[in-house]
Amino acid sequence: MRQRKRVTAAALFGGLGISLAGLSAIVPTAHAQVPAPAASAPGTTGLVAQGEYVARASDCVACHTAPGGTPFAGGLSFALPMGTIYAPNITPDAQTGIGKYTEAEFARAVREGVRRDGASLYPAMPFPSYARMTDADIHALYVYFMQGVKPVANTVKASTIPWPLSMRWPLIGWRMMFAPSVKDAQAKSARPFADPVLARGAYLVEGPGHCGACHTPRAITMQEVALTSADGTRFLAGGGAVDGWIPTSLRGENRTGLGRWSEDDLVEFLKVGRIRRGSAFGGMSDAVGHGTQHLTDEDLHAIARYLKALPPDDTTQTPWTYDATLATALHSGDVSARGARTYVDSCAACHRTDGQAYPTVFPPLAGNPVVMDKVPDSLIHIVLTGDILRATHDAPSAFVMPGFADRLSDEKVADVVSFIRKAWGNNAAPVTAQDVARVRKALPKAEGDAALPLN
Amino acid sequence: MASIKMKSVDAVVIGGGWAGAILAKELTEAGQSVVMLERGADRSTASDGAYPGSIDELQANFRHKIFQNLSKSSVTIRNSSDQTALPYRQMAAFLPGEGVGGAGLHWSGVHFRMPPDDLIMRTKVKEKYGEKFIPEGMNLQDYGVTYDDLEPFFDKAEKVFGTSGEAYTVNGQVVGKGNFFAPSRSDNFPLPALKDVYGANMFRKAAEEVGFHPYAMPAANASAQYTNPYGVQMGPCNFCGYCSGYACYMYSKASPNVNILPALRNDPKFELRAESHVLRVELDSTKTKATGVTYLDRKGNEVFQPAELVIVSAFQFHNVHLMLLSGIGKPYDPVANEGVVGRNFVYQNVTTTTAWFDKSVYTNQFIGTGGGGVAFDDFNSENFDHGPLGFIGGSPVWVNQAGIKGIAAAKIGGPPGTPHWGSAWKKAMVDTYQHSVRMDAHGTNMAYRDVYLDLDPTWKDAYGLPMLRMTFDWKDNDIRMNRYVVSQIAKVTKAMGATDVHLGQRQPGEHFDTRFYQTTHLAGGAVMGDDPKTSALNRYLQSWDVSNVFVIGANAFPQGTGYNPTGMVAALAYWSAHHIRTTYLKNPGPLVQL
Repeated sequence: MRQRKRVTAAALFGGLGISLAGLSAIVPTAHAQVPAPAASAPGTTGLVAQGEYVARASDCVACHTAPGGTPFAGGLSFALPMGTIYAPNITPDAQTGIGKYTEAEFARAVREGVRRDGASLYPAMPFPSYARMTDADIHALYVYFMQGVKPVANTVKASTIPWPLSMRWPLIGWRMMFAPSVKDAQAKSARPFADPVLARGAYLVEGPGHCGACHTPRAITMQEVALTSADGTRFLAGGGAVDGWIPTSLRGENRTGLGRWSEDDLVEFLKVGRIRRGSAFGGMSDAVGHGTQHLTDEDLHAIARYLKALPPDDTTQTPWTYDATLATALHSGDVSARGARTYVDSCAACHRTDGQAYPTVFPPLAGNPVVMDKVPDSLIHIVLTGDILRATHDAPSAFVMPGFADRLSDEKVADVVSFIRKAWGNNAAPVTAQDVARVRKALPKAEGDAALPLN
Repeated sequence: MASIKMKSVDAVVIGGGWAGAILAKELTEAGQSVVMLERGADRSTASDGAYPGSIDELQANFRHKIFQNLSKSSVTIRNSSDQTALPYRQMAAFLPGEGVGGAGLHWSGVHFRMPPDDLIMRTKVKEKYGEKFIPEGMNLQDYGVTYDDLEPFFDKAEKVFGTSGEAYTVNGQVVGKGNFFAPSRSDNFPLPALKDVYGANMFRKAAEEVGFHPYAMPAANASAQYTNPYGVQMGPCNFCGYCSGYACYMYSKASPNVNILPALRNDPKFELRAESHVLRVELDSTKTKATGVTYLDRKGNEVFQPAELVIVSAFQFHNVHLMLLSGIGKPYDPVANEGVVGRNFVYQNVTTTTAWFDKSVYTNQFIGTGGGGVAFDDFNSENFDHGPLGFIGGSPVWVNQAGIKGIAAAKIGGPPGTPHWGSAWKKAMVDTYQHSVRMDAHGTNMAYRDVYLDLDPTWKDAYGLPMLRMTFDWKDNDIRMNRYVVSQIAKVTKAMGATDVHLGQRQPGEHFDTRFYQTTHLAGGAVMGDDPKTSALNRYLQSWDVSNVFVIGANAFPQGTGYNPTGMVAALAYWSAHHIRTTYLKNPGPLVQL
């Protein structure tokens, strides 16, 4: 279980001097399980279940659960340069949770980022996306939280941000400038789509799914530069680092986006986190784990079809095709290419000398969009720390990639990452030892054994 | 009385190895609530198989990281009834496991089906050679099940384990170059055979040349990535050789941990309690019904776990020990030749032959797969005429190169006669490690009236319980079998072009020596069969005396097999589970009426 969200960038908010650094870091990383709904009032069972589904689609559990804590009882920390904030308890406990919230107050908090007492929420809460959520979904969600979630008395630690930075009123300005009103957001969702499946996909991705929170670049003032596909091709074009992982483009780029993934690939990926083209890791592992794997096939197809309809932001990419030159060299014992020897020694057992690996157990590196991303940090990061492909309901095996931070110097990592980025038709730029040193320095603290899978 | 009493469950499973995991999976599928008690630690690839720390030969093979803690409990051993047994204090001749996965985590992965004739051995020997062929004092028995009974369960186990191999016949049709002597199968192996390593390939060619029938050994080391019927996945074997004694970091060696438990751990009907050491199965006043089990939890509390059904599925001799401690079945008395628990305790008759080659021949012994290799069965089971030879039993012969690692290689050094230290040792090791091939005669060991298990009258374990005593020695029949089969290996090593050969043969009159590793394939002691006078369990592995106790493991084998036992244990587990599910649960009671 990760200890806390990490600051990834620093920025100033307008002229008000309030740092909102790190607020982009809202990807769920806790591995909490959503509990079975508690007994509910007669007649609302269906609504509770519906609300639970909306909670899954919105991935509330991710941020509102402390490592090892009760789901929704809050406490996950977000470390910012000026202090640490903690996700609130959203169980229906009257004193420490949201038990006193009326549905209107609840709706306002979720969609507009305003607390019951009128204070602004930090935009770590993705209310600019949630603003799109329908009244029906908000109603179901409210019923679920009030009737399907057990109240837990848990007073979440107070923010450690010192005065005057702790004043929340400047956030009102941020909300006014960057967060859409519910009316505007819903009007945008009502824009015409070629078919209802695309419309449903747009709603899920742009609304409850808040995919853009990670996958859309942010401006210096920390708002996402686009909130819907109607706002231009920067939407979902790949975001800034979250916990040291670089969310890739979800658009149609051939090499670094989803250009070569089919709709079925995407559905399968969101369901089990592992397909012939790659496996989920970093924050996405968790997004699949407590979010997308629980969605219906219809909704997954809607999401996939919608994403497949997004044209590339970077239109300069030549189509990736497999190039066997370096694989052939490795087969014949030629390890003279930069990083080749390290690759053979430390990577090829699982990923093979031909880079095709053994999907869906060990993911391919040949043609993998993550590998070719302009920003090499994810690849460097995973070589240094390794990572875990988490079990899902339909794929109960987890797989652990070991980290090489203790075994490979910055130079060696740079060599092998450069090799991977160049081999098999991948054509991404090489990386330097300085790149590796920078990523190594910013690595999150290692997770404890408690997070290790049991297979 | 236990100080803590737990809520009753449908079934309690003792031991977290293959047998326990299979039974727990089958029972939860049947809707039963199951508690699995494992005395050792919980184990996983992520913790015990974390690369590269896990491939530490010293820790794994010499300090026995995932094996039984002998300072807490062990067995005592003697060669004959007139001796006083002494405790087995250091791991040597055999290596019992401990922890979740059990022997299924530390095993190599050799995954055989039992030869059909071995299951009906007494009948077969009588039929072919007459009853007088059976030596005095040999308890030759049938299993009470046939290959046809077990075939669907061999098949199921292979699919769960992701076993790699090449079939010879499927549904009576020859389909490949598998084992000529193997019985027909209902389906092919789920994965193709592993590639031959070089030494095994030399052996294959030579064996063919001299007229034997070599085949790729069936191995539960995945030859490709694989998803089993439970939806769990395996990675492909990379021939690193870190199989036996290790949690496989590639997820390619089948284990309960990788192949079954991922599908069980999230099941709300299943609970695994590691570090829970079972002391005994509790019986009611009639001694015909078990009420549950008493165990020590990790804090040392004595806990009673009530259950309707008790599955005893620890390692072979622990099962026998638990039956003796609990009063399940009549203990064996070798003098009166009565009683069944402890009777027909058997081992396996393994010797290793080494062939050395010219320095231009590189055998790369560091490469290996625990379960893979090339074998021939021309001298196994009833595949050859025992009549003129005058012994019962046989041996498959194989090159099962499981990766000879640094320390093991240094211990082997050079050919017999070379010093074990100094420059001569160094030179011999350098000259021979890369240029030698080792092959095993992996033979049967028959059951004898004066070879048995009982409770030691002297020694107690850390829990104050009498230790299990092994009375075991090699017998003339088995020594002669070994010598005959090994003599046949000489033909193969000659055809391989060996420059020097050391034939590993048992010597006449040789005694069992616990100081050197032989094999962990102990069997029998609570065997299955059709006659309660000669078996502790009926053909469904149900105790004849306590019908809600099933005892699953190699303890059920009436005599030693030439094959590795795990495939048979897994098939028996599925066989037993099938009959529990389809018959016993509907109407609990004895599944065999006398």
